[in-house]
Amino acid sequence: MNTDSEQYKKYAAKRAKKSPLALDCLRAFLVGGAICTGAEALHTLYENQGMSEENSAALVSVTLIFLTALLTGLGIFDRIAKFAGAGTLVPITGFANAVTAPAIDTKGEGFVMGVGTKIFSIAGPVILYGTAAGALYGVIYWISITVF
Amino acid sequence: MAHTIWRPAHPVYIADAATVVGHEEHAGPLGAFFDLHDPKKDDFGMDTWEKAESEMQRLAVNTLLGRASLNAADIRAIFAGDLLNQCTGSGYGLLSFDAPFFGLYGACSTAAEGLALAAQLCGAYGGPYVTVSSSHFCSAERQFRYPMEYGGQRPPTAQWTVTGAAAFLVTDRTESPAPRIAEILPGITVDRGITDANNMGAAMAPAALDTLLRYFRESGRKPDSFDMILTGDLGAEGSAILRDFAAAAGCDISGVQQDCGMLIYDAQTSDKHSGGSGCGCSGVTLGGFILDRMRRGVISDILFIGTGALLSPMSVQQGQSIPGIGHLLRITTREDTAQ
Repeated sequence: MNTDSEQYKKYAAKRAKKSPLALDCLRAFLVGGAICTGAEALHTLYENQGMSEENSAALVSVTLIFLTALLTGLGIFDRIAKFAGAGTLVPITGFANAVTAPAIDTKGEGFVMGVGTKIFSIAGPVILYGTAAGALYGVIYWISITVF
Repeated sequence: MAHTIWRPAHPVYIADAATVVGHEEHAGPLGAFFDLHDPKKDDFGMDTWEKAESEMQRLAVNTLLGRASLNAADIRAIFAGDLLNQCTGSGYGLLSFDAPFFGLYGACSTAAEGLALAAQLCGAYGGPYVTVSSSHFCSAERQFRYPMEYGGQRPPTAQWTVTGAAAFLVTDRTESPAPRIAEILPGITVDRGITDANNMGAAMAPAALDTLLRYFRESGRKPDSFDMILTGDLGAEGSAILRDFAAAAGCDISGVQQDCGMLIYDAQTSDKHSGGSGCGCSGVTLGGFILDRMRRGVISDILFIGTGALLSPMSVQQGQSIPGIGHLLRITTREDTAQ
């Protein structure tokens, strides 16, 4: 039986309870903002230790990635992310979790076919299209400085 | 009409059921009705989630056979299914039982599918048969969604895969009074175009409706002649859709419809969104809670509709809509009325 799908799809989509958008935005703002504020504090701390601006920025990223991986491994990060949504997804924490989680999860299938092939199963698209976009930007930049 | 109600040639009983669940299901409103549970991690002593699911099936069948003082050699066949690729939860889980084995895939309708097939064979040729189905939250997450520790949010219509396995003993004779499978109406796949894997209730409700309306049309019975119309895992969303459409078709089930996915978790405190799902959901709810209530005489005549969403991760990625199915069983302790 495959009848009248369009009408049913509209009905189901209309009656489906939506996620609480305002609340989700507020939580994302608070948690995401807190992460960025903490990162800014780290940045200042590292610079005060005599580190260059560039090195300090890189070390902040490394610190956030390390903390996310640690919290993911301890089974705490997914609980924070469930609350925060985009607040943990958008900063580098989301990317770190997206790589660490499959790495932990696929151990059972071995280090080559498990971890090796599946570690980027979620982050893969970001890496691929991020690299491609970077290359494209480089070409456009090169053309612009050559021509103009 | 080709798709008629099956009535087993001789009386067929669900002599017993054994249930194994995870810690969250044990902590839920039906916790006291389940035989075995894992107290904390739901790994059942295994090193992978897939092995844990197999172990749940083994424990369920072992408990069932032990209580009935039966050996695997006494069983005519085992019908078993789960949600994992190639039904490995069942294949590995039942290795230690030397009985003929049939693997089933009916998604979350597998408990009803196994009972339907076993009952029809048992009525024709005698028993006993064992049916078993299982799902495990962690193995299902890994196969259908994201790695366990991935941080994300679920929409309100999403359902939660029940960690549980239920085994049923289907016999043609029984020493103590037991519920009978009096009628079976196999489901027909129905696809009404839902593509959202986070709204499986909406995908399955039309299939449950189709089976239910066919049953009432053919049997001439009315919904209020049953103590309960028990759907498998439509959840809050799918149940509301089913009631709406049934009422529109002139068949008001709102007073008697219950859903295993809504019974198994506490809707207020458990944070399971639209409710439970998975092969284990309807299996453990029927086997643990409902059969107990039938044996105690609290309810005596029910329609059980095992619902299933026949999707795979690949079909969803390729944009295909999700077909649903609903197999109906009439389970009763009443003396048989008009057939």
